[in-house]
Amino acid sequence: MNEAAIRWISGPVLRAVTRDPFRIHEAVHVGAKGVLGEVIRLHGEEITVQLFEDGTGLKPGDPVQGQEAPLSVRLGPGLLGNIFDGLLRSLSGEGRDFLLPGRFLLPAGRFHLTPLVEPGRILKGGDPFAEARLAPDAHAAQLCLVPPDRAGEVVTMAGRGEYADDEPVLTLRDGQGRNLQVAMSHSWPVRVPRPVAKRLPVDPPLLTGQRILDCLFPVARGGKAMVPGGFGTGKTVLLETIAKWCDAEVIIYLGCGERGNEMAGVLDEFPRLEDPKTGRPLMERMVVIANTSNMPVAAREASVYTGITVAEYFRDQGLRVALMADSTSRWAEALREVSGRLGELPGEGGYPAYLSTRLAEFYERAARVTTLSGKNGSLTVMGAVSPPSSDFSEPVTIHTKRYVRNFWALDRKRAQARFYPAIDPISSYSEDADVLALWWSKQGAPAWAAQRRRFLTLLEEQTRLERMARILGKDALPPGQRLTLLCAELINDGFLRQSAFSVKDRYASPRKQIRMMGLLTRFMERAEAAVGSGVAVERIAALPILRRLQRMGEDIAEEEYERFDALEQMLEADFGALSGPSGEEKPS
Amino acid sequence: MTVQADLFCADAVTRIEGPLVFARRRVEVGLNEAVEVIGADGRVRLGRVAAVDEAFMTIETLESTSGLTLAGTRIRFVGEPVTFSLGPGILGRVFDGVGRVLDGGPPVAARTRVSIDGAIINPMRRAKPEDFIETGISAIDTLDSLVRGQKLPIFSGGGLPHNRLAVDIALHARLRSGKSEPFAIVFAGIGVPYDQAEAFRKSLEAGGALGHTALFLNLASDSSAQRLLTPRFALTAAEYLAYVEGRHVLVIITDMTNYCEALREVSASHGEIPSRKGYPGYMYSDLATLYERAGRIQGRPGSVTQIPILTMPADDITHPIPDLTGYITEGQITLDRKLDRAGVYPPIGVLPSLSRLMKDGIGEGFTHPDHPALANQLYAAYARTMGVRLLAGVVGAEGLTPTDRLFLEFGKQFESRFVAQPDGARTLEESMAVGWELLRGLPETELARLSDEQIKRYLRKPAADG
Ligand SMILES: Nc1ncnc2c1ncn2[C@@H]1O[C@H](COP(=O)(O)OP(=O)(O)O)[C@@H](O)[C@H]1O
Ligand SMILES: [Mg+2]
Repeated sequence: MNEAAIRWISGPVLRAVTRDPFRIHEAVHVGAKGVLGEVIRLHGEEITVQLFEDGTGLKPGDPVQGQEAPLSVRLGPGLLGNIFDGLLRSLSGEGRDFLLPGRFLLPAGRFHLTPLVEPGRILKGGDPFAEARLAPDAHAAQLCLVPPDRAGEVVTMAGRGEYADDEPVLTLRDGQGRNLQVAMSHSWPVRVPRPVAKRLPVDPPLLTGQRILDCLFPVARGGKAMVPGGFGTGKTVLLETIAKWCDAEVIIYLGCGERGNEMAGVLDEFPRLEDPKTGRPLMERMVVIANTSNMPVAAREASVYTGITVAEYFRDQGLRVALMADSTSRWAEALREVSGRLGELPGEGGYPAYLSTRLAEFYERAARVTTLSGKNGSLTVMGAVSPPSSDFSEPVTIHTKRYVRNFWALDRKRAQARFYPAIDPISSYSEDADVLALWWSKQGAPAWAAQRRRFLTLLEEQTRLERMARILGKDALPPGQRLTLLCAELINDGFLRQSAFSVKDRYASPRKQIRMMGLLTRFMERAEAAVGSGVAVERIAALPILRRLQRMGEDIAEEEYERFDALEQMLEADFGALSGPSGEEKPS
Repeated sequence: MTVQADLFCADAVTRIEGPLVFARRRVEVGLNEAVEVIGADGRVRLGRVAAVDEAFMTIETLESTSGLTLAGTRIRFVGEPVTFSLGPGILGRVFDGVGRVLDGGPPVAARTRVSIDGAIINPMRRAKPEDFIETGISAIDTLDSLVRGQKLPIFSGGGLPHNRLAVDIALHARLRSGKSEPFAIVFAGIGVPYDQAEAFRKSLEAGGALGHTALFLNLASDSSAQRLLTPRFALTAAEYLAYVEGRHVLVIITDMTNYCEALREVSASHGEIPSRKGYPGYMYSDLATLYERAGRIQGRPGSVTQIPILTMPADDITHPIPDLTGYITEGQITLDRKLDRAGVYPPIGVLPSLSRLMKDGIGEGFTHPDHPALANQLYAAYARTMGVRLLAGVVGAEGLTPTDRLFLEFGKQFESRFVAQPDGARTLEESMAVGWELLRGLPETELARLSDEQIKRYLRKPAADG
């Protein structure tokens, strides 16, 4: 083991002297308690270490022990359904009301193993060799993978039975005739992306159940999205809502430098919610990684890599994975803090010059891929951005924007009116939308792309007209434009507004979304025709169908499709009555 | 106590720069450990070890270094981080900003001694804050409800009645169940003028609350480095009262702006590269170590609820102090100067205010089933009013549609009858009744946030059904 002795310490940074061959990013334990840290600089006989935990009480002369491996995490069947800190250490355990720094033992989990291979089989890195289950009859099985950097011929494979997740169960003989021991879990350095066989174009949509996303700004599997917004605009609720209802098979929820109560809220709520597809508690498909804002900053910097490494591990099992990171700005700030302590030259906003590169590397790890074992897997990444003073021209927002394909901007005005999700339909965009139109068409919505366009154009027109109305007064606008305003308001209220807390409306299936989009489009067609034939806009605004359409998301539950049929009839009847002989109006 | 406890070190100081004292190191000393810097005048100044190497150490003094000399200064090593000795006797007492008795009474009998930095609450062990606290203030109770264990700051401005509001909340706060559970108030004054601190004490006394209050006062005249410790002492006391004594503790901290100024000053003296407006880049993390000390813990009876007060420089909510605070706290109550000028008390600016934990503490099973929808609709209507006012400012009220004119009227009533409370504290039911009444002035077709059922049940007939 590499050894060094502290020479100088201040805050979370220390320098130590050594003769041993430490390497950059090597994990270290410091002092008697074994406070965790990482080597960040080498200079002659001196190493510089950043601490991931509070170093109170450390002093010159205290030992620094190198682990001779970069900061790594243990990936295995014990992850799902659990909560970890930023270095993937379990937070569970009675009697641990407070977190104290220092080494603590991670109890190995015990799992039921079902072998998938026999002696003689040749395995390459990433190949599955067994299934692991929490109980022998548990329905959910996870694949155990050969570590990507190992390969060989199976010499022995343990039989069916219960094993600790870090206990060797498979022996491989590699090309040089050496025996390699493999357990259900394996260790992987967090800063190194896990290899894949091939990257694939992003496709079909990752359905979120949120209308404004799925229909206006959809994200594809393997895609990347950012959610910038000032405090209180709804970043966390949006990411949590997507975590609950999106159609990924595994969710990695990364709380990076945010509130402890929010993490507690996730742990309180998710086990009680059911996955709409499997009927299983949502928590079973989740891994929660929590580095709350009061935890040490260096661990916050690492937590982002921990999260994405765990996500890649599930992707490598051929699963559809989604990672939510709330908030990537806290990670960037941690980078800035560490960089400042190292005396590096600050760039824009005090961030180090490599901020942009780090963001690019992180988002590049999102992809749809063919895994090493030939399966298809995907990792979709969604990151919240918390711009200081809600200023979207600050470095983290700007640089992130360069690397993501989806921009979901939150708007303070909407949030203040309690119009949620407060995604601004004007400045937000999706680069995945064009690819995804085909999927919608196959779902029986060939008009999806055209309707989407129409909604977006209408909303844009609304901003322009409202600006004009502010100068001239609404009444001065011609009927066609007044109708545009009416329809835009209807789309906002009847389609874009969707409360995360409404039991009926928090999740909308594609089918419900298609019905709602269709009804609104029909309303616009009929209304335009009516106005074209001289009907006053005020009479359209007074139609009873309007309120029904405004509230249909909240009023009509998933299974009640026949109520949409009823709405359609009502719509036709309402307009029919307008243009009937008594309703005809002469253009003035 | 450790061996170092009584170690003194004389003639070791080599340099004094602002709050920093550089000294040769002759004894074992660890990072962040407390020291006492004793001047030739015999005055004891609290400090802590900010950096240490084989031969030297840097001490950050938490009180003014004015008057210190190189030769006559001695350093006493405590051998552990800064701690606070606590016991049930802290209630009814007044302390200075670093936990020393200030009221002339006897020292507090200590049951325990804990580090003032507090330990990180394991997020997994946190209990969900969901007990609705009635504050008697309509805009808070109805629209931005406070729950036990929440951190809900008041964003104010110079000259606005934030202190009065904080006292009103502290004196009125109660659970609606009427259950009487042991509670306490911890008040931390950071850089407050003497008369303000005294006014605070007097109103608590008049309200009969002084007996279960602990006051921590760092006065405007006290050292600014000490300001960094005051909230930490206060929160340590609060945590003791909550988690050891089982009390529900309301912590009022005023003024966090002074705290942040002190942080900037100390950071500058360390020669750190400043971030926005000269505040250090770690201000978010630093504030989080204070604000995150609110909450509840599973299996422990008490709770810590925080109401930090800050004055926004130039009333600017995008200034780093309110901005970073808002990113950490669970919402904010924003005071509005226009309303204050119009004589509205409490002058709560409803739109920029928010309580993130409200949804967990209101509605069916908590307050009233119609509470969430009412709040939602009031918000939507008031937001629309703001748009109409803008329009009216240009085209005049005559240029408005009849519906828009109804919204203008709604806004007027909302501010003068719902936000303003000339009648004093209101029960939640009284507040909600006013809210429903105001909504009755708007056409039903405009109330898209209410279901047909809610319109029928709560809007059409007088409130107060049960
Ligand atoms: N989609 C939504 N549906 C309903 N309420 C929401 C929604 N998004 C946000 N909110 C409300 O806004 C508050 C703040 O949202 P949050 O996500 O915590 O903001 P941020 O993370 O951007 O600071 C929440 O507590 C909730 O009351
Ligand atoms: Mg958030």
